[in-house]
Order: sequence, then C-alpha cells, then structure tokens
Amino acid sequence: MAAPCSDRILLDDWHIVADRAVLTEGRPFASRLLGVDLEVTRHGDDADVVCITGGAPVRSQQLYGYIWACLGTPARDIVHLPEAFEDDRHTVTGGSIAVKVSGLRAVENFLDMGHFPFVHTGWLGDEPHTEVQPYNVEITEADEILATDCKFFQPVASPTAKGGMMVDYIYKVIRPYTVALYKSNPLQPGRLDSITLFVQPVDEENCIAHPFLCYIKEGIDEPTIRWFMQLIFAQDKPILENQVPKRLPLDPRAETPIRADAVSVTYRRWLRERAVTYGAIPAAA
Amino acid sequence: MITLYDYELSGNCYKLRLLMSMLGVKYKAVPVDFYPGREHKSEWFLAINPLGQLPVIEDDGLILRDAQAILVYLAARYDPSKKWYPVDDPKMLGEIGQWLAFADGITSTSSAARLHDGLFYDFDVDAARAGAHRLFRILDEHLWFGEQEGREWICSAPHPTVADIACFPYIMLSEEGGIPRQDYSAIRRWCDRVKRIDGFVVMSGVFPASPARAA
Repeated sequence: MAAPCSDRILLDDWHIVADRAVLTEGRPFASRLLGVDLEVTRHGDDADVVCITGGAPVRSQQLYGYIWACLGTPARDIVHLPEAFEDDRHTVTGGSIAVKVSGLRAVENFLDMGHFPFVHTGWLGDEPHTEVQPYNVEITEADEILATDCKFFQPVASPTAKGGMMVDYIYKVIRPYTVALYKSNPLQPGRLDSITLFVQPVDEENCIAHPFLCYIKEGIDEPTIRWFMQLIFAQDKPILENQVPKRLPLDPRAETPIRADAVSVTYRRWLRERAVTYGAIPAAA
Repeated sequence: MITLYDYELSGNCYKLRLLMSMLGVKYKAVPVDFYPGREHKSEWFLAINPLGQLPVIEDDGLILRDAQAILVYLAARYDPSKKWYPVDDPKMLGEIGQWLAFADGITSTSSAARLHDGLFYDFDVDAARAGAHRLFRILDEHLWFGEQEGREWICSAPHPTVADIACFPYIMLSEEGGIPRQDYSAIRRWCDRVKRIDGFVVMSGVFPASPARAA
C-alpha cells in the first residue's frame, strides 16, 4: 500500500484532488493522490496544490468545479465532456465521497447493472426484474471502452421519473480511473443525462469518488440532483468497502464473471493491456 | 403537513423519517444541500435554525430543531398508543431522557468518525472512534443484561421507545467511520429487532433485515 505509483499512464494524467465547493478561502485542505500527501488552498478564484513533504508546488488547474493535479508531466488534457458546455444543462459536482477500496473497484461497480435490484432496491431496480439483457461492448478509436444497448427496468430512474420505466444506458470508460454513463432523460426521452465518475486514486486501497453530473435543467434543481446522486452512491459505499481483496484482480481466473459482466471483463483486460497496476493485483506473468 | 428539512445521508434526519414511517405520519421532505453545498449554513437556513444544523421540522406553526427533541414531539403528538413516548409514566420518561442524551454522545463520536472518513471533516478520528467504542461497550452490556431479563429494548418497556430510534442510526452507520461492531453481539441482535419493527425503512448505508424471522 505504501509502494509509490510507477504507472506513467496515471502519473502523467490529471486527477481531481478537491471539489472547489468544500474549500475555504486560505485554509489548506488535506488531499492525497497516488500515495502522495497534498495540500489544496483556495485564494479567490485561484487554488494552489503543494506536496506536503518538501512543500513543492504541484501542477494544477481548475475545471468542472474541481481542482485537478498532475504529479508527472501531463501527456494529455483533462477529459473533455461536450455536454458540460450545453446551456440547458445543470453541471453539478455531486459531492465527493471517500471510499475504502481501490478506485478501480469503484469504476467497475459503476459499470455493473447486475447489482441494481439488490443494492438500489426500489430506485434503480427491484425484484423480479433482475435480468441484465445482453449488450454490446467495444473499444473505440479513441481507446475508450463503450458499452451500448444497455437496458434496465428502473422503478425510480431519476428524481424526475414518474414511475417505473425501461431505461437506456450507455457506459464509457474514458481513462483507467474515469467512467461515464449516459441515461434517458425521463422528460425528454430523446436526450441523455450524463454522470461522469472521476475517481481519485488516494492510494491503492482508498479512493475518492467525484461524481460530475450534466442533467437537462427541465423539471429539476441542483440540490435535488445532488440528493439523488448521494442517495444512490451511499448505497454502493458499504458494498464497495466490503469487497475482498480491496484491489482489483486483473488475472482472468481470479474472479468468475457471468455474461452480464462483459464490460467488466473488457475493462480488466483493457487495464492489463495498458499496464495499469496501481490499485490492481496484476495478473500472474 | 409536517415539513422536514432533510439530508439523505444524515443519521439524525433518518431517525425522524424512521419514526414518522413507523407512526404512519405523512410529511414533506425538503432536501437541503448539506454537502458539498453547505446550505445549512446559508442565510435562509440560519433564519430557521441559528445553530446551522439539521434536522428541523415545521409543523402547525411550530419550528423545532434537534433530532432528539423532534422525536419526543412527534411521539407525544402523533402516537395515540403513547408507547413511543409514554407521557404518563415518569420513570419511563426519565429512562428515555437518559438514553436520548446517550444518543447525542453516539452522534459526537460515531457520526464524527463517519464524517471524517467519508466527507473529509477535520476531526480527531482516533478520539472519536475510541469514544464510540466506549459507548457501544456500555450499551452492549446494557442490552445483554436486558436479554437475560427478557427485555428486548433499550428502556424497560415491553416495546420500543424513541430511545431505540435515537440510538439506532449512528450505530448502524459506524462501519463507515472505521468502527466495527463484531464485538457487540447484543447490539447486533438489537439492531435486527429494530429492523423488524412495522414501518421500518432504510437509508443509504443501512440494509433491511432478511425477510424471514430467524427460527
């Protein structure tokens, strides 16, 4: 757990280290990224990030209401979310929550529809509607994992839902610790609300989930969006914290998938092929 | 109708939702953006509760803060059986008052540890955990001796009271603050009994008891 991160793909990428909303002017906020202790301090519209050991400044910037940091040399920009720039959407930080498990486990849980009836009973699923119908998984030209044609019956799919509905989902793994879902808006069925889960790898067995929501404004306000997001995520939290082992095993024989896990199987293979080891139990050579 | 200023992840708000569900009292919940919006410290909310704390209810012109005080009010007003808060039984009211204060102690220890671990509150988490274990040990012994005497609930009534509801949430959520309950078997059995009270509802992080009562 104390081993430093050596995955260039993570060190040279941007990660969230704080939601701007929780920062108090001039008062350092303790954060931790890839095992490195940081302090984040807001000064007016700006914020700086320093490494606690030695006090060296860390490269940082702000986007989507968050403070981001890169411990290495950025090899790419922060993930671009086109829907975050559409005027008729609320763009809301959903409330960052610390979870005592590897962030890779949190990503995988976010991709899983099979747990809806059991963990989100009465909201995102209920019995006997437990079947996960077959869906498609592909790796895109942008090197993202895309799961399409996902459908699930949900009693309360969203705060604006008026009763149960069959909901269409699209899932996208954008980076090793970043995953998004797009689901039907109950009032404008042709359009999709999005939730992007930016997971901050605190260390190999701890993470912070930063859900960022882009919801069509019609019929909903920001406190309600946050209420629903936290309601759902806090149901996942104890399940995640009881997963054993806390890191994600990448060996295909380590855990037994079923057909509904097709996207998880792809995710684990994708991580293996991109040499992501931080937060994982690597496959035996 | 009762208005509850509510935050989903608050155990103190949950205990009011729980009692109102058990009493069959209808209410309207107004979600307050406690986190990360800190709406409980906003001007409009401080006008309702200058302490800047949840929960608060409004009922029939009365604005009332403090979870334990609200439990007392709701039971005294809306429970015709007078079981949840037996207003005519001084000894029982004394017992209940004692355990409502104990519930405040659970909030300042177990809930504080949970806020530290999950939502980044700057608390002394070791002190909070140690304090919670001390209280859990005391309650566990109290419940264990009660079981030997045929008493199933915190107070010496043959039915649950608001004291049980006041203590329940932050005990159930203690694992989120790094406070395991393996060592408190009487507390665990009592938690299952609370979960089987008619009208029991969950909150995020609290799961229902299995449907069948153990043989």
